[in-house]
Amino acid sequence: MSSIIGIVLLSTGFIFNLIGCIGLIRFPDVYNRLQAATKCVTLGTCSILLSLVFFFGISEIGIKAIVAISLLFLSSMVGAHALSRGAYIFGVELGEKSVIDDYKDQVEKEDTKE
Amino acid sequence: MNTLLHIILYAQIGLCSFCLYRIIKGPTIPDRMVGIDIFGILVVGICAILAIITGRIFIIDIGIVWIILSFIGTLTLAKYLSKKKLHE
Repeated sequence: MSSIIGIVLLSTGFIFNLIGCIGLIRFPDVYNRLQAATKCVTLGTCSILLSLVFFFGISEIGIKAIVAISLLFLSSMVGAHALSRGAYIFGVELGEKSVIDDYKDQVEKEDTKE
Repeated sequence: MNTLLHIILYAQIGLCSFCLYRIIKGPTIPDRMVGIDIFGILVVGICAILAIITGRIFIIDIGIVWIILSFIGTLTLAKYLSKKKLHE
């Protein structure tokens, strides 16, 4: 029974990874690519790691998988935020279809403060 | 069931080629860094599937170490980017 739940979680995780990677290729702009890929691929990989708990039970490998899930959730979100801020300050333009840019005022305010 | 695991493993390895496409083609430097970041997370998934197939414990350790190193690398490169300007 737990093996079936594991297979379902594994397949769900792979489908999320696939959607995230398609977004990485198809979106027009670095910020769109970043948000599509980071969210989908993080959730998919966490689902794959959670399936380890159902395959092996709460043993040594299951606890290590839970540790990996918590590390992955923290690190990938912080990394994505830092990366998008770095890309904005670096000067990458928004895509053509983007409507609003709220971060511009904040960056100008920080520049004048320095 | 073993066949399904192998199919998912090879498909996951195939997803890495999407990231390689973005790393090679990406028009700006942040695009390439996004590709590298996502590549690292996909490799962690590959490690997890390999741990299911072989049943060995040390493979998941490789995944944990890869998460930490990828995090440090992404933060360092983002800090490097925020000190430079593209149009100067």
